[in-house]
Amino acid sequence: MSIEVKNITHIYSEGMPYESVALQEVSFSVADGEFVGIIGHTGSGKSTLVQHLNGLLKPKSGAIFIGDVDITGEKVLMRDIRRRIGLVFQYPEYQLFEETVHKDVAFGPINLGLSEEETDHRVREAIGLVGLDYQELAERSPFELSGGQKRRIAIAGVIAMKPEVLILDEPTAGLDPRAHKEILDMIRSIHSTEKNITLLISHNMNDIAALSDKVLVMERGQVAMMGTPREVFSKGAELKKMGLALPPAAEFMDRMKEKGFPAETSVLTKEEALEALLFQLKDNREQVVQ
Amino acid sequence: MIRDITLGQYYPGESWIHKLDPRTKIIGTFVFLVALFLVKDFWGFLVAVAGLALVIGISRVPLSFILKGLKPVFLIILFTFVINMFMTKGETLVGWGFLVITREGLYNAFFMGVRLVLLIIGSSLLTLTTKPIKLTDGIENLLGPLKKIGVPAHELAMMMTIALRFIPTLLEETDKIMKAQMARGADFESGNLLKRAKSLVPLLIPLFISAFRIAQDLAMAMEARCYNGGENRTRMNAMRYSRRDFLAAGAMIFFVVLIVMERNLI
Amino acid sequence: MNLMETIIRIENLIFEYKREEEQEVVRAIDNVSLEIPRGSFTAIIGRNGSGKSTLAKNLNALLLPTSGEIWIDGYNTRDPESLWQVRQRAGMVFQNPDNQLVSSIVEDDVAFGPENLAIPPDEIRIRVDESLKAVGMYEERKKAPHLLSGGQKQRIAIAGVVAMKPQCIILDEPTAMLDPRGRDEVMAIMKKLHQEGITILLITHFMEEAAQAERVIIMDQGRICMDGTPEEIFARSREIRELSLDVPLPVELAEGLRENGIPVPRSIITTEEMVDYLCQLK
Repeated sequence: MSIEVKNITHIYSEGMPYESVALQEVSFSVADGEFVGIIGHTGSGKSTLVQHLNGLLKPKSGAIFIGDVDITGEKVLMRDIRRRIGLVFQYPEYQLFEETVHKDVAFGPINLGLSEEETDHRVREAIGLVGLDYQELAERSPFELSGGQKRRIAIAGVIAMKPEVLILDEPTAGLDPRAHKEILDMIRSIHSTEKNITLLISHNMNDIAALSDKVLVMERGQVAMMGTPREVFSKGAELKKMGLALPPAAEFMDRMKEKGFPAETSVLTKEEALEALLFQLKDNREQVVQ
Repeated sequence: MIRDITLGQYYPGESWIHKLDPRTKIIGTFVFLVALFLVKDFWGFLVAVAGLALVIGISRVPLSFILKGLKPVFLIILFTFVINMFMTKGETLVGWGFLVITREGLYNAFFMGVRLVLLIIGSSLLTLTTKPIKLTDGIENLLGPLKKIGVPAHELAMMMTIALRFIPTLLEETDKIMKAQMARGADFESGNLLKRAKSLVPLLIPLFISAFRIAQDLAMAMEARCYNGGENRTRMNAMRYSRRDFLAAGAMIFFVVLIVMERNLI
Repeated sequence: MNLMETIIRIENLIFEYKREEEQEVVRAIDNVSLEIPRGSFTAIIGRNGSGKSTLAKNLNALLLPTSGEIWIDGYNTRDPESLWQVRQRAGMVFQNPDNQLVSSIVEDDVAFGPENLAIPPDEIRIRVDESLKAVGMYEERKKAPHLLSGGQKQRIAIAGVVAMKPQCIILDEPTAMLDPRGRDEVMAIMKKLHQEGITILLITHFMEEAAQAERVIIMDQGRICMDGTPEEIFARSREIRELSLDVPLPVELAEGLRENGIPVPRSIITTEEMVDYLCQLK
């Protein structure tokens, strides 16, 4: 299973006076099991792009291959696409509607036409995968859960459809640091259990650097860069021109370099930054110790 | 689909009509509607059409845009026309069994049809040339004297203001929730009526919850900004009649005099 | 005069509410006393449920204390007579940029507060223009809020409060729903207003934002558990981590370096200071 996006273009309100090009000749590919971080400004086309992958929007031109099926084709069954590609929107807890947690998570599987038995099995599994206790929560109303729990239940609702591709649009928006970290750990563990392709849209460069195999940079409806986090985040000047930040550790080392400190540039995490600093300062350390 | 309905929409412009005080326009529209009911023959309509044409000309709202507004009410116009045509007694022109078209019926049908069309165009001109928020201010001001007899003029106007502010937000919200449920395999389009109605539940419940949340947040934000109802409140854009409005009032009086004269003289 | 120095005085504030279904009483704020000096910039940081938002709503008399007293510029929030004085003096900006704007025209929204205070129309016009300029949104004054970005909407909300000429602005997680650019915009406006003499009380869960304040207060389980300058607070990074809050990167790097024998002074907490310090070592 892989994703191959070929030259897709999308125009909003075509023919109207306020028409705008949302995607322009976007092409990229994702290999099986890869974790891709998608970054870009608000309005750069990230959300429009992922809605295409799930068939919610149709491109004006171009093709999207999931495996070897072109999902932009006329004869493709939407239900088939939705089964294979799960999309978690921003603030997904706002889509909860059922009386109980169990019923809400079951909504997707039932829509796929799965048997009661299979649905039940998947609901249990999905709630477990998002790190919650099925026994404790299944019969409770989703509306009385905490913010972080609600969000996980909403994510479980998509995971229960067992998508081959899981897309998450800013899954940590508006959460406090603890809930943020919990959701991040959850995404990591789901990816390693399910071994599916995961696409993560985020403004948090630390998260992107920590989780992604590859980073896709969107800018004005086009793919500006695609590469490993190390490759992408070593191009600090270009990213800044697009108004994007670096992970804090990379940013820090960048500043050091500007001031003439001979530091490494391919630093992503604070551990690496510390190591690089210590390496450069080792003479000092000896002096200090003496 | 919703975008196609031009009835009640605002057509941005800087014309003389656009700049009139909203109260002048509301009163003017009201006067025009009453005048239409004073008219008793087609000569009177000619005066009304001339008046309307003049206003449309000055406002520079394209006629095609105005006529598009008639589309959603076309059925009502047709219905009025047909009812009048068949239900008026008089000299028979044609007849199929119990369906009889009379001379008077045909006359009435056209008369009522024209009146209805003028009525709709006349009132849509008000909304076409007045920003909704100004319209709200105008209504609040005109209803002001009725506060003494318990008409909640300020509250009504505030409700309209808030509705105008949040309609786009709720539409956006609807779109988002709909997409999110579609991504979970929901199907809003197929099946019979009952099935479709049922499929709306996953959309409507989150939408209601959203609306309640907005209401709660907004109420708190308004309170924090010292909102305490309509009492002891000033307005930044206090409405003032200008020379333009007196001219318009003069034109209106002239128009009414013409209509009344036509009614009584011819 | 004491009043001139303290703008917000909280004495033994306790706030409790009943949870709807279970009859249990939840104590959201547990005996908090606090004084905020006029013209200061204070950040209150804590996890969700730490009581920080409840505290903010108490300051604006949107909620009233279960016990204890709050004075805003000398007015007690419990006194119904001084309700409008309290709300005019302590303006409030909320988290959701969409749900706090009343009008479909930007400048009308900014005028909403002054209109409620029955300010004469000419004066409102001046205040609205000034406030919109102060937040850099004057060019957008005729637009509809739903066409603007989250950061822009939040700046309009701030302008709406500024137009009421408050002594103090309380911002309840104003950046939580914004993208990084919106966050930067709102932080910059806050600093600017602070420089112009307005007392700023920022409620947040982002440590990078709190680090930019003059004073940081950390709340947990309804109590104040740390209170001091950013330098003093970050010196206690282990406790901060135990409360599930983040420690800014420069502070973490400084710690790591100290452990490895490089004596980075504890007063260094910002990136600029840290970079300068390290560069002079090399």
